[in-house]
Amino acid sequence: MDGLWLQSLLLADSTVRLATPLVFCALAGLLSERAGIVNIALEGKMLGGAFAAASAAAVSGSAWVGLLAGIGFACALALVLGFATITHRGEQVVSGVAINIVVAGLGPTLADAWFGQAGRIPLPGGARFAPIDLPGAVELAGVPVLGPFYAEVVSGHNLLVYLAVLAVPTIAWIVAKTRFGLRLRAVGENPEAVDTAGVRVEGMRYRALLLAGVLCGLAGAYLSIAQNAGFIRDMTAGKGFLALAALIFGKWRPVPAVLACLLFAFADAAQVRLQGTPLPLVGTVPTQAIQALPYLLTILLLAGFVGRAVAPRSLGRPYVKDR
Amino acid sequence: MPAPAVELRGITKRFGPVLANDRVDLLVEAGTIHGIVGENGAGKSTLMNILYGYYRADAGTVAIDGEPRRIGRPIDAIRAGIGMVHQHFMLVEPFTVLENMLLGAEGGPLLASGVARLRASLARLGREHGLEVDPDARVGDLPVGLQQRVEILKALCRGARVLILDEPTGVLTPQEADELFAILAGLRAQGRTVVLITHKLREVMAATDRVSVMRGGRMVAHRRTSETSREELAELMVGRKVQMRPDRRPARPGRPVLEVRGLEVADDRGVPRVKSVTFEVRAGEIVGIAGVAGNGQSELLEAIAGIRAPTRGEIRIDGRSVGGSAEGRPRGFGHVPEDRLRMGLVPDLPACENAVLGYHRRPDYVTSGLLRRRRIVEICSGWLERYDIRPRAPMLPAIAFSGGNQQKLVVARELEHDPELLLVGQPTRGVDIGAIEFIHGRLLAMRDAGKAVLLVSVELDEILALADRILVMFDGRIVGELPAERAEERRIGLLMAGIAAEAA
Amino acid sequence: MRGTSRLPTWVELLLLPGLNLVSAAMIAGLVVVLIGEDPIAAVSLLVYGAFGYGEAVGYTLFYTTNFVLTGLAVALAFHAGHFNIGGEGQAYLGGLGSTLVALHWGHLPSVLAIPLAVAGAALFGGAWALVPGWLYAKRGSHVVITTIMMNFVAAALMTYLVVNVLIKPGQQIPETDIFATTVWLPPLAPLLAPLGLDLGRAPANLCSILALLCCLGFWLFVWRSRPGYELRVVGRSEAAAIYAGIAPARVTMLAMTLSGALAGLLAVNEILGSQHRLVLGFTGGYGFVGIAVALMGRNHPLGILLAALLFGALYQGGSELAFDMPKISRDMIVVIQGLVILFAGALEHLFRAPLEALFLRPTVER
Repeated sequence: MDGLWLQSLLLADSTVRLATPLVFCALAGLLSERAGIVNIALEGKMLGGAFAAASAAAVSGSAWVGLLAGIGFACALALVLGFATITHRGEQVVSGVAINIVVAGLGPTLADAWFGQAGRIPLPGGARFAPIDLPGAVELAGVPVLGPFYAEVVSGHNLLVYLAVLAVPTIAWIVAKTRFGLRLRAVGENPEAVDTAGVRVEGMRYRALLLAGVLCGLAGAYLSIAQNAGFIRDMTAGKGFLALAALIFGKWRPVPAVLACLLFAFADAAQVRLQGTPLPLVGTVPTQAIQALPYLLTILLLAGFVGRAVAPRSLGRPYVKDR
Repeated sequence: MPAPAVELRGITKRFGPVLANDRVDLLVEAGTIHGIVGENGAGKSTLMNILYGYYRADAGTVAIDGEPRRIGRPIDAIRAGIGMVHQHFMLVEPFTVLENMLLGAEGGPLLASGVARLRASLARLGREHGLEVDPDARVGDLPVGLQQRVEILKALCRGARVLILDEPTGVLTPQEADELFAILAGLRAQGRTVVLITHKLREVMAATDRVSVMRGGRMVAHRRTSETSREELAELMVGRKVQMRPDRRPARPGRPVLEVRGLEVADDRGVPRVKSVTFEVRAGEIVGIAGVAGNGQSELLEAIAGIRAPTRGEIRIDGRSVGGSAEGRPRGFGHVPEDRLRMGLVPDLPACENAVLGYHRRPDYVTSGLLRRRRIVEICSGWLERYDIRPRAPMLPAIAFSGGNQQKLVVARELEHDPELLLVGQPTRGVDIGAIEFIHGRLLAMRDAGKAVLLVSVELDEILALADRILVMFDGRIVGELPAERAEERRIGLLMAGIAAEAA
Repeated sequence: MRGTSRLPTWVELLLLPGLNLVSAAMIAGLVVVLIGEDPIAAVSLLVYGAFGYGEAVGYTLFYTTNFVLTGLAVALAFHAGHFNIGGEGQAYLGGLGSTLVALHWGHLPSVLAIPLAVAGAALFGGAWALVPGWLYAKRGSHVVITTIMMNFVAAALMTYLVVNVLIKPGQQIPETDIFATTVWLPPLAPLLAPLGLDLGRAPANLCSILALLCCLGFWLFVWRSRPGYELRVVGRSEAAAIYAGIAPARVTMLAMTLSGALAGLLAVNEILGSQHRLVLGFTGGYGFVGIAVALMGRNHPLGILLAALLFGALYQGGSELAFDMPKISRDMIVVIQGLVILFAGALEHLFRAPLEALFLRPTVER
């Protein structure tokens, strides 16, 4: 019984770890999509953030410098996306794909040229965010049931995990209760109404994208300088798209979207644990089938349960005054 | 005499090759209701959108209360005390009334403080002007009349002393329009100024103190309302004498071509919009369906056209039962849809490809799977000639034609395939008077040639001018039927408002 | 997209893409400088590597063929209003289709075996794309997300099949046995040798001709056929399509299937024409390049041919470049590809608006 409980705790623990970048990205997607901009570029901005964070951390030896660089680069990419989609009214999906591909090539190219490690940037331990033991984790470890839960699942994560936990209510509150949130929601539904109410549509959308850029940068930095020890090519492996699917599945609302992220992360965590373990009834499932699980789950969720979700009305539409 | 509330001098605005406003001058005296009339595309809305800062003029000056002002964005206009109710409401539908009022006037980075303040002023304004509305209702759920009220309140809340209304009565019954004019008169009594854009001369004569007439982007005349007439204004608008009603011979109805029995139709959200509707249209008659927009006419038309599957009931065309299938078009009926740019045309495709839309499976246009391109271009060129569609360029994308020419292209396509039944929705929406006359003439010619015509229009004038029988729709039901000779505006207006269904 | 444009054809198909390309090249040059290499020297190495000698031309031609096919695939879905970024997975499955044919019917004479293997590639690629098409038509699932997910699933599926099922018995390298020569596509070298062009050992093969035929077929289908007309109507206005009695669901599924089939033909060039066996990861990102090719080629076969040639040269020249300038890896090509998508797709209005002002006289009468 104890073993099973511990197994579950470990599963929950890795779910939290795997959910963190998804949560950041889903919130980033929420901000930009509620403002009316399709954000296929989550993947690229996250990867860019991971690359910049690892580079800066490797050079400076400081995780904090890395974090700032990751956020800065993701924001710069967000500005490129804004320049294309807001200023020049480019097709939003195409713009996002462009950014994804540029970053997919740029990261390994520069990493190769600067660090000479075949497109990788390895990091020493000092330049990473270390796990934080919350007060009382050691003392409470002996308490049955709750103690291990506290020690394994709640405590012992790095700073960025806790930041993600904080980000959820913060973003939800901003969207629901502030002037910025009201205008954000309005600009994704009916930008004309925002414009005629005396608020600049372009300004609102740029701000939404920048804030989303910060969150993507956090997600990327988490991948390269917190969860892993460095940057490797394509390390986001579709997580940006999973986050986007979670957002759609959550019908563009913060809490349901985050729950969907947890579901994906759980599938991923289970996937890692299931590899090579024979399952009851089915026997040993091929590794590849298990690896494909999160992606299949995404397709299934999008198809089976969401149906035609009601997106923000102006999502994907550049703002053009009539004529 | 006090300074004029609004003074525009030399306003010029270009949209690409189109000169929308050409050195326009306008003077609106404080404390008056000032009408601006003109045809579609005359430049009225553009002018007012410039005053509101939504568009930026290429040249010209603006003075408010005698003081020169630079109005580059809506916020400048709002600060100068100008409010505007646009023709398409500038409301966020999933938001509540209160949230819509808050937008742009939040009063701080957090919403909580502004909410209390707004609730109070909403209640006060509601009492003062008879503009009550539930602040917590979702705007999308409100009927259009109330949505308009929210728009007016939005402007008043922001302290508008000059209120611009762009075609405000298009969505109202004649009686509701009269109520609106009473509210506007109340605002005038408080010393506020109202600018009313419209193309309905009846309203100008009934509600305004002064009127300015625009034509082709220019201001062509200013009049005191008491010193002019509908006829004079109409002539000024068009630049020539106009016939207010087309000539028509009495109808000779024949066999029933379209029979609708107990039809029920739901909209995309599953809400019933057409409720047990029964009627027929005979060969050689035009049946008009009157009603305020949103009372189920659109869904009725789409169901008959095979675009929307009915939930119950029967549709028979020429005695054959139809309905529910997507293969709707080639069944001997034509359909001029309500929204030509969304449905009737593919804006990006050239005119010639639009000329076969829905008929592209006919053997005349296809041989062994390939389109007969040359023949299609030839046919389309012929129509451009005969329907006087300009420019005569069959390869030009549909979007590059003006509204009237686009509509003539749709009408040409639907008439030239020689249907027994013609379904027509809002045939003259956004169309200039020349094209209106042409289209009306064509529809009457169809009738005289023994075709059955079903006409849906929210323009009561159009129904009165064309229909041999008038059905009035309210809340998804047909609440009255009147032969043309006994139809009069007041009575239809009451039926449209759902009042006195039995009495009428 | 062509048809919506009012610009002269040469401006639309040459000048505008040219400007986009120059912008992309300038940014790419900046990256080269950032790496610490000389961009001018890099370009001349690249051009020589792509066109400098016969074998280089042969390789350029080979890559060009890949990009024509994947470019057409993306463009076809574009015309139906969808963004198929699953070309990579569809091509991968196409490889499975032709492999199955090659392994089972390799004993048949070439006149039968080759068409069957080609059909297998198209069929499997089309079927893989039909899934997102069907999901969109029936459930409204976002095609961009589902096609990307299908890429990951395809990769997992193919790894499993190659490693566990199709692997050549008794060996460790994850690839199938070499196919019977009956399904090998004849190389182009003997055809071009009499013209004085020595392609050396370049893998350019008859699939290049097939790709040209696909261009012609694409043009006929999209602009001249009835289903092509329906496809363009659906892609531009679903409401107008329904009004016209066209079922968008059916058209979407058709468009996605054809798009996937075109992507699947990549396997004909790579597997039947060059590798002659199924190897892991043979799609090499060509599916993604198709996006850039389609955007730059403005979804027209002629433009796609030119854009594919450009990318073919970049790929071939780029590998030579990577050899001579070790600091510039082949990932650089991916950067350029992304930049081209950025300038030709996302930022297309950047140059289009000024060009329209320059070339268009008022045509609208009021």
